[in-house]
Amino acid sequence: MALIADYLVQGCQMLLTLLLAPLLTGWIRALKAQLLRRRGPSLLQPYRDLSKLLRKEVVLAASASWLFRVAPYLIFSAIWVAASLAPTFASGLLFNWTADLIAIVALLGTARFFLALAGLDVGTSFGGIGSSREMMIASLAEPAMLMMVFTLSLLAGTTELSAVARFMLTADVGLRVSLALALMALVMVAIAENARIPVDNPATHLELTMVHEAMVLEYSGRHLALIELAASLKLLLYLSLLGCIFAPWGMATAGAGLTAYLGGVAIYVAKLAFGGFLLALFETSIAKMRVFRVDQFMGAALMLGLLGTLLLFVSRSL
Amino acid sequence: MSLPLLLGLLLIPLAASVYAVAAARQPDCSRRVYGVTLAVAATGLGIALAHLLTASTPETLKLPLGLPWLGAHFRLDALAAFFLIVVNLGGAVASLFALGYGQHEKAPERVLPFFPAFLAGMNLVLLADDAFSFLFAWEFMSLSSWALVMAHHQDPANARAGYLYLVMACFGTLALLLAFGLLAGTSGGYDFDTVRASAITPGFAALVLALALLGAGSKAGLVPLHVWLPLAHPAAPSHVSALMSGVMTKVAVYGFIRIVFDLLGEPVLWWWGGLVLALGGITAVLGVLYALMQHDLKRLLAYHTVENIGIIFIGLGLALAFQANLMYASAALALTAALFHILNHSLFKSLLFLGTGAVLTATGERDMEKLGGLIHPMPWTALAFLIGAAAISALPPLNGFVSEWLTFQAILISPELPQWLLKFLVPAVGALLALSAALAAACFVKAFGITFLGRARSPAATQARETDRYSLAALFVLAALCLLAGILPGLVVDGLAPVVSLLNGGARLIPQHHQPWLTLVPVVDVKSTYNGLLVLLFMALSGTTAAVLIHRLASSAVRRGPAWDCGFPDANPAFQYTAGSFAQPIRRVFGSVVFQARERVFMPPPGDLRPARFKIELHDPIWERGYAPIAHAVVAVSTRFNYLQYLTIRRYLSVVFGALVLLLLGMVLWR
Repeated sequence: MALIADYLVQGCQMLLTLLLAPLLTGWIRALKAQLLRRRGPSLLQPYRDLSKLLRKEVVLAASASWLFRVAPYLIFSAIWVAASLAPTFASGLLFNWTADLIAIVALLGTARFFLALAGLDVGTSFGGIGSSREMMIASLAEPAMLMMVFTLSLLAGTTELSAVARFMLTADVGLRVSLALALMALVMVAIAENARIPVDNPATHLELTMVHEAMVLEYSGRHLALIELAASLKLLLYLSLLGCIFAPWGMATAGAGLTAYLGGVAIYVAKLAFGGFLLALFETSIAKMRVFRVDQFMGAALMLGLLGTLLLFVSRSL
Repeated sequence: MSLPLLLGLLLIPLAASVYAVAAARQPDCSRRVYGVTLAVAATGLGIALAHLLTASTPETLKLPLGLPWLGAHFRLDALAAFFLIVVNLGGAVASLFALGYGQHEKAPERVLPFFPAFLAGMNLVLLADDAFSFLFAWEFMSLSSWALVMAHHQDPANARAGYLYLVMACFGTLALLLAFGLLAGTSGGYDFDTVRASAITPGFAALVLALALLGAGSKAGLVPLHVWLPLAHPAAPSHVSALMSGVMTKVAVYGFIRIVFDLLGEPVLWWWGGLVLALGGITAVLGVLYALMQHDLKRLLAYHTVENIGIIFIGLGLALAFQANLMYASAALALTAALFHILNHSLFKSLLFLGTGAVLTATGERDMEKLGGLIHPMPWTALAFLIGAAAISALPPLNGFVSEWLTFQAILISPELPQWLLKFLVPAVGALLALSAALAAACFVKAFGITFLGRARSPAATQARETDRYSLAALFVLAALCLLAGILPGLVVDGLAPVVSLLNGGARLIPQHHQPWLTLVPVVDVKSTYNGLLVLLFMALSGTTAAVLIHRLASSAVRRGPAWDCGFPDANPAFQYTAGSFAQPIRRVFGSVVFQARERVFMPPPGDLRPARFKIELHDPIWERGYAPIAHAVVAVSTRFNYLQYLTIRRYLSVVFGALVLLLLGMVLWR
């Protein structure tokens, strides 16, 4: 019986991430519109977009191969699995040990690999420009992320996220320089990986400035819906990571009962809303940077992560 | 019984070589020779696997061959058995591939006699148990592979590659010869049992380590000794390239492990680990950066071998550092990571080289700028190559990720190391490893994307046909193994345990096959776990559910149309992104530092009818600063002493006499 309940809770987390992801995107869009003194679309607009796209036919480029049609499902499943293995409202769920933080980073890498390939598949110059820039950004963002993981794991003694979250709740964490550096690195990576301003602009269709949008330019219909949903899930995943690592308060523990779970969900939604608010505020107050400034931005994130790790190798109390 | 059986088995490929010399021009010869090597390698694989999994004691054998006072010693222990598995697996698959691929060989008499000999030579290195047989087998392996590199010697580039390979191989063997000389000491005990038993002073031990790094490192492709590798590996026929890059580099790593972990014995000094670690980190990043700049597919893969050798040496360096501090449990993790990566790299690098061979057969091209769109005519080759590319980019749930994950876990338990230099070095190497993993993904998006995706860039690519069934079977055997090792890593780790405990004073990782769901649990008290099987299941489930639901409930309509491309689709395939343009952002970010990459644009003034030109300048820092000065010095010295070739006999005699007097004087003064 307890096992079935565990399966159920894990299943609920998978569904919750899937259902909340478009809402988060809608929330950020609405907030940004408000901050720009526009009225903006409704919070539910992303759901409407998705259902419209799902029902439309797919227009495939003549030169598209089978990979182009398989890639959206692969990308979606890799990111969904990553998002549902990270603790959201409760820690210590049944399958948390399946993938640690390194594996979650690598799963995002799998998604990115196939997205970049899909960008090259049709054989247009825009797809190529997007893929090549995405891989350049990732070549710095992924090591930065891994250095952040190193910092955490040196403190918590594990790379498993539930254990990290539990460790962060204990009293002996305190304020640490290394954690501050890791937080900055993670935020910078999150901005770059989710194609947000100042690295990329999710709203742009100005050809030469776009990265993510250029890669998915040839997609339409249900394929595009899956890719949009995957992008929303990725944003949700990064906010979940930030929440579970740096603000693990209010997270239910495994087997805590229905009320505790519901409380956990409420707090999780509040964390997402706050994270989305900060992101919207940040995005409206900064300008996009040139593509060849991004390497300096990401290099700074990498150095911050490395510095945090080095501090901990020198002394565990920093 | 396994050892005599294996040694007897090795006579068969040698006989096949002799047969091939006589009958290379006969139409069936290629099929017969590769059939024999396939059978021999598969049998060797079975024997080695059985020995690794069941036998607990090493087998030894002494034959009255070789030097009369030494004899030929052979030994089959867990370490040799593991590497025999790697070699014979690679050999069997390459032979299977060659059953189809070998039909297209234009000069079979230059390939067929040497291929079985090469395979036998690699096997013999692993079984040798004295310095003489080891070096003999090593040279046999080097020379037979050199002959294969020179198979198409009419191409001046191949001739140059062969020359450079010969020089580096001689240099490497010289270093190993000196290392064995130091190990044997003044008493001259050249069989490995005597070497193991004898003690060696720390100074000499450090010298042996340096010589092993030079000797085995030059064969494996450790930076800065890698220069021959990206020239020689691509020059050979593709199934030989797969063996050289996927397997022979592992034999070199075996040489290093045998000397440093086994023969040298205790005590290990901590800075050895630091040295190997630093070399590994530099090799990993430089290797992948070089690879990113290439647009010859085979050369890209060869440079990528350099990167993976770096990753293996990172694991070995960590293991040395842990052993020096008597932390054997941690050393077991690092060693397991290194050995796992050795197996993984032999799988996916062979797969990728064989896939390139299939492309080469279909199009006659290795230049990616002239390929493109091959996924349409060659869907199965493309699928296998894609699996190899994803595996080498360390993407879960494939096998490359597991060994990198284990290496990361080994790095994460290293803050306990007491030495300050290591405390700084290990996280820096961790960052280098993370960087090289991310760059590898970029590199293989480029390799697969430009070659197989997009639109065909040349008529050859348009007219490509899917490759033959033997080749496809070989590709898919390797692809399946990549997936299996990725989702059942616990079984591989358990298989490696005897090797690890042999090299690590008995310490090994905890048994993995008892873990629920076959989860990988490297260190019990750290609790970092990974389960490739569940990741694959989750991905398959969510992907298929999404696909079924969408097709059932929403829409499954497809319409073909021209590409959108923001409203300006280009009919000309030359408008696509090329390998050069794909690498441009990375070249600009990293290459401007490492390779002093410069882009020169020549834009003719208005009215001038010359075409505009765009040129990229890259400098190879290691060749230009390291090798070119040495080559210049050698040429300068030999030019200077050239006149010595044209003396009269009288003068020669006086030179000989003078040298004799000088040497005797030296002897007298020395005493």
